[in-house]
Amino acid sequence: MLINFTEEQKMVRDMVREFTKKEIEPRDKWMDENGFDFDLHKKISETGLAGIHIPEEYGGGGGDAVTSAIVIHEMAKGSGSVALALDAHWLAADTILYHGSDEQKKKYLPMAAAGKIFAFGLTEPCAGSDAAGIKSNVVPAPDGGWILNGSKAWITNSGVADIYTILAKTDPSAGSKGISAFIVPNGIKGLNIGKFEDKMGCRGSATCELSFDNIHLPADALLGPLGSGFKIAMMALDGARISIGAIAAGLSEHAMTIAKNYANERMTFGKPIAKHQGIMFKFADISAEIRAMELMTYDTAAMKAAGKRHTVEAAQTKLFSATRCTQICLECQQVLGGNGYSREYHIERFVRDAKLLEIGEGTNEILRMLIGSSILAQK
Amino acid sequence: MKILVFVKQVPDTDDVKLDPKTGNIMREGVPSTINPLDANAIEAAIQLKEKHGGTIAAISMGPPQAEDALKKALALGCDEAYLLCDRALGGADTRATAYALAKAAEKIGDYDLLLFGRHAIDGDTAQTGPATASFLDVPQITLAASIAVEDGWVICDRVLENTVQKVKAKLPAAVTVTADINTPRYATPLNIMKALKKPRTIWSSADLNCDPNQIGQIGSPSSTKKIFEPPKRNTDTKYFTGNPEDMAVAFVDMLAAEHLV
Repeated sequence: MLINFTEEQKMVRDMVREFTKKEIEPRDKWMDENGFDFDLHKKISETGLAGIHIPEEYGGGGGDAVTSAIVIHEMAKGSGSVALALDAHWLAADTILYHGSDEQKKKYLPMAAAGKIFAFGLTEPCAGSDAAGIKSNVVPAPDGGWILNGSKAWITNSGVADIYTILAKTDPSAGSKGISAFIVPNGIKGLNIGKFEDKMGCRGSATCELSFDNIHLPADALLGPLGSGFKIAMMALDGARISIGAIAAGLSEHAMTIAKNYANERMTFGKPIAKHQGIMFKFADISAEIRAMELMTYDTAAMKAAGKRHTVEAAQTKLFSATRCTQICLECQQVLGGNGYSREYHIERFVRDAKLLEIGEGTNEILRMLIGSSILAQK
Repeated sequence: MKILVFVKQVPDTDDVKLDPKTGNIMREGVPSTINPLDANAIEAAIQLKEKHGGTIAAISMGPPQAEDALKKALALGCDEAYLLCDRALGGADTRATAYALAKAAEKIGDYDLLLFGRHAIDGDTAQTGPATASFLDVPQITLAASIAVEDGWVICDRVLENTVQKVKAKLPAAVTVTADINTPRYATPLNIMKALKKPRTIWSSADLNCDPNQIGQIGSPSSTKKIFEPPKRNTDTKYFTGNPEDMAVAFVDMLAAEHLV
């Protein structure tokens, strides 16, 4: 067996599974209709799950990449929104975990573990896939600090976040090597929260525009060396793509479970529709694909935990899992027939949630460029 | 404060199947969990520890898989765990169980408070806690819906059918708790990671100096004669037809004939 959790990991899995069933899943429909659930966020913070892979010395759980994949996989079985918000939180917190100075780690990692919300700001209205084309810029301030101007779009957790890690150009002539990363606290003068996006799905996670109007940052707001922002962002996205694999697997399984229960009860032509091959065959394909998603996700997480480079593998995991997840949710919706079209049966919400996975944190198209060029360059 | 919490591992399902050959509950392959009321007892212990300091030991008598329940107890916040595990202890009724648990408490020694869930959801007797307290000759408070410790006394609200009694007992004492007493917390990942490094000890009946005639099936004055599912209730449906007034009259007449009104 490739997937071999330690005893602690199994206990964490069981705890998150129980917590998700009792606390998260019942709130998913409400979040779809009302947005970010602050009460639920507080409950999640109290469990310490937000810091599961942050080292113990910073107040975290001390788990590894496999443990965090387990957590987000289980949560996604209850809510795509909650899982996505946690993925975005880790995307930002991990930039500090891997590239922060000792002071930055001591200051920010305990916050991330305790439930303060972090958000990662790379994408702009004019630059998504073409990340090196961002226009937000930072120039040195006379007092040794920095002045940040620009804007961001499609930032998950923006509007509810306490801390933002923002990517901006410090040397516009140097392309991707001219990007640097900065830690920006919420509430700082010049940081304006714009309109909340009216999204198709994952409506329980907050997404809005940010604009930066001459924000004055202290000198120690710079994260990592000057000019290393693009590398920092790409490394963080490798980890986030593992999370997307886990979310896709969890969301798909949730859809399959609802469809399975329905298929075993709904009678047509004298028997449960589960006995009709047309329906039965769908579950064969769906279950095989979910198993593939899980194996890809946990194997890539194990590579990360072992300190191995996993860029291509993470991209493959996201590409496969996200694409199949949308289709699986649509098929499960189809199993429910007319009832699948009703909000009451939940699966239509999963379809709407799933679509995001093919777009955010690396579109299918960008991932195909990344993977294709890597494979073709290998001997 | 030294608190001992007694936990039992029970089947985690409403869908209990009986083995057609032996008539016993089939436990193989059925997921297990901590008895829910024991989780309330653990939570009560943790809250007392947070207030007064001290240590909590979780104790369970059961087969080797009962260690999972103890690991969960450690993850919730207990400091150490003891499993009483021995073929000779198996098949015990509540008296023989309480005897063994009391022996374990004696061996650990120096305890201030013994906590139990009121009953286990599989046996449902509510006898084990009180019986253990009797063997140890300590005062007992049952049906506790609240618990506090002050100046060497434990003070509880006992929720009875029509009244609430406020009772206190001098420590060391035993208390059995109901589900009203608290809402058990979730094990935090940090505590889960730490749990497996905490000391876990397995004791046999010999380690406990048990009298072989007082443990297991031999030491059980009562034995289960038969376990069976209750007979299915009559679910025949009677339909009333006609206009609402006629239906109402016919319905009330039927209720009166069944002496329900």
